[in-house]
Amino acid sequence: VCRETTVESSMKRDNKPNCPVLVPSVILHSRYRELAPHLVPLDYTNNPDIRVPLALIVAMPELKENPFRDRIVETFSEDGHGNLSFNDFVDMFSALCETSPRELKTIYAFKIYDFNRDSFICKEDLRKTLNKLTKGDLTPEEVTLVCDKSIEEADLDGDSKLSFSDFENMISKAPDFLSNFHVRI
Amino acid sequence: MQLRRRRQSRPAIRDFSRSARPSIRGYGMEVDSTDAEVSKRDRLVNNLQNLSVSDRVRMLRGMPLSVAEKSELSQIPCCSQLKYYIIIGARHSWYSWLNFLHSLQLWQVALKTVSGRFGTGVLSYFLFLKTLLFFNFFLFLVTGAFMVLPQAVHPPVLPAGRSSFSGLELLTGAGYFSDTVMYYGYYSNYTLRKSCRDDGGVQNVSLSNGTRLDCVSKHLSYNMPLAYFFTIGVAFFITCIILVYSMSKSFGQSFRIDKSHSILAMKVLCSWDFKVIKKTSVKLMSENISTQLKELLAEVNQKHVKNTACQKLWRLMVHGLAWTICIGSTTACVLKLQQSSRIADNNLLLTEASLLALPVVVSLINLLLPGLFNLAAWMEDYESPSVRTYVAICRNLMLKVSVLGLLCYHWLGRVAADPEDIGLKCWESFVGQELYRFLLMDFIFTLLDTLFGEFLWRLKVLKRRRKPVFDIARNVLELIYGQTLAWLGVLFTPLLPAVQIIKLFLLFYIKKSSVMMNCQAPRKPYRVSQMTTVFITLLCFPSFLGASVCVTITMWSITPSSSCGPFRELKTMFQAGKRWVEELEKDNPNLSVLARAHSYLVENPFFLFVGAGIFLIVIYFHSQVVDGQRKIISLLQEQIENVRHHLNTVYTALCNYEDNYKTN
Repeated sequence: VCRETTVESSMKRDNKPNCPVLVPSVILHSRYRELAPHLVPLDYTNNPDIRVPLALIVAMPELKENPFRDRIVETFSEDGHGNLSFNDFVDMFSALCETSPRELKTIYAFKIYDFNRDSFICKEDLRKTLNKLTKGDLTPEEVTLVCDKSIEEADLDGDSKLSFSDFENMISKAPDFLSNFHVRI
Repeated sequence: MQLRRRRQSRPAIRDFSRSARPSIRGYGMEVDSTDAEVSKRDRLVNNLQNLSVSDRVRMLRGMPLSVAEKSELSQIPCCSQLKYYIIIGARHSWYSWLNFLHSLQLWQVALKTVSGRFGTGVLSYFLFLKTLLFFNFFLFLVTGAFMVLPQAVHPPVLPAGRSSFSGLELLTGAGYFSDTVMYYGYYSNYTLRKSCRDDGGVQNVSLSNGTRLDCVSKHLSYNMPLAYFFTIGVAFFITCIILVYSMSKSFGQSFRIDKSHSILAMKVLCSWDFKVIKKTSVKLMSENISTQLKELLAEVNQKHVKNTACQKLWRLMVHGLAWTICIGSTTACVLKLQQSSRIADNNLLLTEASLLALPVVVSLINLLLPGLFNLAAWMEDYESPSVRTYVAICRNLMLKVSVLGLLCYHWLGRVAADPEDIGLKCWESFVGQELYRFLLMDFIFTLLDTLFGEFLWRLKVLKRRRKPVFDIARNVLELIYGQTLAWLGVLFTPLLPAVQIIKLFLLFYIKKSSVMMNCQAPRKPYRVSQMTTVFITLLCFPSFLGASVCVTITMWSITPSSSCGPFRELKTMFQAGKRWVEELEKDNPNLSVLARAHSYLVENPFFLFVGAGIFLIVIYFHSQVVDGQRKIISLLQEQIENVRHHLNTVYTALCNYEDNYKTN
């Protein structure tokens, strides 16, 4: 009930879904509707609680070939299973936009790589990331070696897993992070 | 209304409190009991109320809350209903304006296609092209509005015997075009005024400098020489400011103070380019990353193999040989150019087609010599691809700088110094035409190179199995070379920016279709932000600086031709400004202060030296500050290490103590 109140009151004020300044609303709404035209209504004034399932969202051309597509959609979904409402959809593309602030991108990148959602990137998370990146080109010994060395390099507080501040510190030294962590829509 | 936060199943970031922004410490995303949530949210709301609107917006942008929540929080201010609706209305119109702008964005779809297939590296070339297009558009607007338009509306009396239009003009720029608004020679050296109405059939009354006719002066007048001088000066000044600003911004983004130790971690977590969407490119990118990871592992694990003295000597010899070849070939070409330019001078007015000889030779040199440099680099066999790219850029740059330097010396030092010797009445128009020809030939040769280099692969003439790779560095250097020519030529050919705009526009589509059809994604890693900074720096320093130095020398010390152009009868172009100040002083003696200030500050080179000196001191000071910050960061990192070591020792000691205590 409370959620409906929030969305409903904001809808009534603006008469269309709230969109951030970062990506134009018209484009996002038409793309969202394209995913599931039978589900998504043209008019949002009646506050529909519509969520497009994960399988339809990862079929988008921008995400289809991305090895992290499932994780990205899960991170921005409310229920954690990848079903995005329109607000979540807008959040996703705003965070991944070109002009999105560095801090925001860092936070969401951390969430995406944190597979088990314990607020730390542990060796297992890194192993899964690496496997998705290289798709089996590296041998298991090489994968273990890379994960160990990466944790060794980036871990500052010595708990053999990467906390958010470790991650943030490492990202600040990577000049290409901002331009790489960007999905064009 | 009690705001209840809905249950979050998103992971909590417990370390949020370490953020530097004190106002959001403790307002983390923890899934606590609902009461704690509510009180935290109220605190956040209160805090936000105290900030100004722009601060609030900025803070909210960086917080990982959903859009609905952000809109809730940002609309909290305790303003009246009317103000509230005004704000909503303003936001509506702002969003619709942004939607409109977004749909207008030039080449949005094309850029997305290229980045989807080739990644950020090749995209940076096309973005650079777009930047250059905007620079030229700005130049075109300024020169068009203040120089071309007024002169086109008040055409001067032209000499008899103008040649008619034949197709060759488009290539040579001479003939019919030489007496049009395109070149310097067309512009009048008097103040343009509207024609006299009461004077019967006299149209476009021309006035010489000092005297006045009675019928005019009610309408606006336009001092052409002054306008010409100031427009060029102001255009260059504004371009300089924009260039320095974009250079510093790009530098700030790519410059990292600390030499990074976390190479592997960065490669794993930061190297995936999310823009790439084509399946084959994605596969290629993951292969690249695997290869790079394997190389990094090998580097980290094994010790560096030391070369024996003999091997070192051999490598030194190979490098020396390669550099000798490059420098030698460059010098030989430059000397040959010097000879041919002298010959071209003597045969100048022979045929119009022979005017094209020099541009063709220069373009050929620019095309073939980089191939030779590539061969030399292949012989040298660099291990690190970034070193190889930098060496290639250096050699290319050396070639282009020497060629352009020689051409400038030829035009300003020989042609301008003694134009009657060669039989020229108007040397500025001639130089303008030369620059037009060079620009055009550069475009035609780029076109031919694209056709033969890339399209020919399709016909399998060269029997290569792999598709050619798009050489980003070489293409960007060619763009910079073209832009230098355009900047050199603005003084002599005010319409040259328009030619450059057309050229860049066509080049975009040609290069895009060639890349999409014929090239494969680059295999070597490409550090985009560093390269973009290097290119903007190259655009600013050798290119723009060289062009502005040439233009300044022309305006300051070279005698303009006496029979054409807006500065005839003056000793230097700079005198136009001086003469205007003198006229002002004559008309209004109160402005003598201005005249004296002008003569002391602007004409005296001492002032410029002092200004440049202050500028250099400021730069030195800032670089020292950056150095100091770097030292502080390394000291702090050492401290962190020490504290960690210390804590480990204490922890181990405590564990031992506990064990001992338990056993006893």
